[in-house]
Amino acid sequence: MEVTAYKTDMEFFVDMQRCIGCKACEMACAECETNGHESMIHVNYVERAVTIQTTVQVCMHCDDPVCAKVCPADAITKDDFGVVHSANTARCIGCSNCVMACPFGVPIKEEKYDMMMKCNMCYDRTSAGKKPMCATVCPSQALFYGTREEISRMRPNSTPVREFIFGAQTVTTKVNIMMPKGSTHLKIH
Amino acid sequence: MAKLPAPPETIIAKFGPHLNFAPQEGYPGRDEPDAVVKTHCCFCGMQCGIQLLVKNNKVVGFEPWMEFPFNEGRLCPKGVQRYLQDNHPDRLLEPLERVEGEGFRPIAWEPALDRVTAAIRKIQASYGNDAFAVLSGVSLTNEKSYLMGKFARVAIKTANLDYNGRLCMVSAGAGNKKAFGLDRASNSYADLEHAEVILVTGANVSETFPTLTYWLWRARDNGAKLIVVDPRVIPLARTADIHLDIRPGTDSALYGAMLKYLGDHDMLDHDFIREHTTGFEDTLAAVQEYTLEWAEQVTGIDREKIRQAAELWGKAGTSFLLHARGIEHHSKGVENVLGCINLVLATGRIGRPYCGYGTITGQGNGQGGREHGHKCDQLPGNRDITNPEHRKYIAGVWGIPESELPGKGLTAWELIEAIHRGEVKGLLSICFNPLVSLPNNNYVREALEKLEFYVCIDFFLNETARHADIVLAGSLHEEEEGTVTTAEGRVVRIRRAVTPPGNARTDTSIILDLAARLGAADKFTYADSEAIFNELRVASKGGTADYYGITYKKIEDHMGIFWPCPSEDHPGTPRLWEDRKFATPDGKAHFNPVHFREPSEVTDEAYPVVLTTGRVVSQYLSGTQTRRIGKLVGINPEPLLEIHPELAAKYNIRQRETVRVTTRRGSGEFPANIVETIRKDTVFIPYHWPGKKSANQLTIGTLDPVSKIPEFKVCACRLEPLDRFTQPGEIHAFDSI
Ligand code: SF4
Ligand code: SF4
Ligand code: SF4
Repeated sequence: MEVTAYKTDMEFFVDMQRCIGCKACEMACAECETNGHESMIHVNYVERAVTIQTTVQVCMHCDDPVCAKVCPADAITKDDFGVVHSANTARCIGCSNCVMACPFGVPIKEEKYDMMMKCNMCYDRTSAGKKPMCATVCPSQALFYGTREEISRMRPNSTPVREFIFGAQTVTTKVNIMMPKGSTHLKIH
Repeated sequence: MAKLPAPPETIIAKFGPHLNFAPQEGYPGRDEPDAVVKTHCCFCGMQCGIQLLVKNNKVVGFEPWMEFPFNEGRLCPKGVQRYLQDNHPDRLLEPLERVEGEGFRPIAWEPALDRVTAAIRKIQASYGNDAFAVLSGVSLTNEKSYLMGKFARVAIKTANLDYNGRLCMVSAGAGNKKAFGLDRASNSYADLEHAEVILVTGANVSETFPTLTYWLWRARDNGAKLIVVDPRVIPLARTADIHLDIRPGTDSALYGAMLKYLGDHDMLDHDFIREHTTGFEDTLAAVQEYTLEWAEQVTGIDREKIRQAAELWGKAGTSFLLHARGIEHHSKGVENVLGCINLVLATGRIGRPYCGYGTITGQGNGQGGREHGHKCDQLPGNRDITNPEHRKYIAGVWGIPESELPGKGLTAWELIEAIHRGEVKGLLSICFNPLVSLPNNNYVREALEKLEFYVCIDFFLNETARHADIVLAGSLHEEEEGTVTTAEGRVVRIRRAVTPPGNARTDTSIILDLAARLGAADKFTYADSEAIFNELRVASKGGTADYYGITYKKIEDHMGIFWPCPSEDHPGTPRLWEDRKFATPDGKAHFNPVHFREPSEVTDEAYPVVLTTGRVVSQYLSGTQTRRIGKLVGINPEPLLEIHPELAAKYNIRQRETVRVTTRRGSGEFPANIVETIRKDTVFIPYHWPGKKSANQLTIGTLDPVSKIPEFKVCACRLEPLDRFTQPGEIHAFDSI
């Protein structure tokens, strides 16, 4: 592997509570050089009729990524820093298995390129010691990229959680979700 | 005659708005830009730091500027996409002249400037100097604002100069001057960090100043309680400790009731009131009838919530109060502002760490642009044009006899009325799009049609410019050096990243050329923007907005300097009033009694629903710039009518059904967005669009008697569903003409 300036103590934290639905993250993601200027992060209203709450979905970079597991062409890889990359252009056959399999609903088959694309945590930037574009610009810092120590100092009322329970299955991830103080995991029904 | 020279379709086909999604030459090459220029966003008053990537004299992208202290790289979607306004296909590249029946055709600079000069002379010779008016904008840098003020008075010699800050922060300015003698937010936003209570009223911070939400969250992480006053559950209100869902137009009643509560329960800072203020007794006496019960009835807010808010505010050790257009865009905007200030003064929480007060300026240079004299009643340094001392000083700086300095002129809206009356015959405008941004815009259009001559300086052919006789292709934010003053009062540097393309010229050179043709060459000899700034420094010296000690180098070295900064060895003033010496003649802060009164138009049988207006996150003001950027338009392709399900049911309005909204001024058609996040008696329409989609064909031109700001935020309307549905994103080509 090439020598990079990847800062392994830096992590990604998502705090939906703060999200103001501004879509700066979507706009900024598309400015990154690696995605063909498509946004790999998605902001949606939960239910606009009753609330202004938005959610923001970024790839969680699973420790044991299902998307990669189900890929028949071995197009999806996880690197030494735990980043799960977009499908390899040469290999991806556009079957959409990963799209169906991901528990967080992240990968998107981009019809334009007939291949799966997803967030690679701004690999071009993070590997050079910079922060991902979305987390850099997020005006409310609903998306934060930094050290665990920084976040616990800055946000004493919440705890980062990286364990998600889907029925019988537990998924651990590189990306953290901020939850009320003391939480250890998130159960998703 | 300034009717449209051709059907709008013809003009739009040629000059846009067209949507720009990517740099014209595509993205390649951005990796290795020729230059990376540290400057600021061209939009709102936050003035977030940003780095522009430049290739072949074109802005091709951006890179966050992590070191700039206010935003540390953070940006809203407008900031992220702002680079796409450069090198835009709609960009005006040469001067234009109108051709009846055809639209516009290019004209060379010399004849264009000759025609403008001749028209000014002719109108002034026939009708007097004041018959030619100037409307300026506060997207302009401090240098250009100053230049416009001097140009109008010294070169054109007209009293009738005003600016689009008149639609923005003037109520706050007038209130600040009455109470403190000086017009600026009292602190930098860093002071929010450890405030115990933050009251945000009439400010949709998350959509209009998104990067400020970070500082509010910083405070909340440290335990601050947040009170939000707004008729809608705005994104900031969603998680607030208390959300007061106020009936539009009743803000001063709420503040009055809170003040009475503080008085009744002795939550006052008696020492501060006694030693550093005047007028408290009268101010408290004015609100003696304003019980919680009364306030509930008037404002529509549950009395228990008002009590809780008053308790929180009253008991806090430190606090910050922020407001914006929501309380200022009223025929009693100044009273609303004074009502807020009374709460701050009664609790003595100003001029010390983590305590503060301020308006959040909406336009990019909303702060600096209101200090340097392109307001009809003001001279540089925030001096008063009617004060003989002030006049003498500025006449001296400008090298003219005081007698030649025009007096106080008409405000923006009054100018439109004067055009209607036939008193003003000619108009020059720069960076101002009154046809979209002024209230009652059908009336504004009629005014434009009555002008004998209209010249516009801009870089896109905005909706108002379409009525011009001559359009002078001016410059973008990134094409000139300069400074702006942020909402915090921090003077920052705007950097030239590129030079104007084609035959476009910088705004400054256009103004200097015109000044020379009007015979004032000797008064306008500047080598560059810094020379203008240096004259501005001298002109502001000794005024309340004193910039004398600020230099380009100092700004550079410290990433901005807060005014006042009276001498070169002065570090600037991030926090005002620490010495408890206010800028009023007696050195004290002044309470001002506020008696509640209703808005100028209340609901009745014919117009039973309250209409309020505001902004959305992806658009900026009249949309001249943002309605041309593809992805921003994608977020909010059109204005939606926000309406509560109960009100919608009453009128049989269904989701996405087009609704005709009618007021006494006009009517428009908007798809309904039925949401529980708005009051049951109020509808909301964002105002960034022109023509049929314009909210401002509905709003009312009633003015605040002091600030002369129009009452954009409240009027009465009626609703009719039209049994027509549009899907999101389904935009009709000329929908917004
Ligand atoms: S930039 Fe941040 S606040 Fe804005 S939508 Fe994305 S996550 Fe939410
Ligand atoms: S979140 Fe989905 S796309 Fe991302 S690594 Fe996990 S399974 Fe793959
Ligand atoms: S519009 Fe305002 S908040 Fe958004 S990036 Fe520009 S200056 Fe910052």
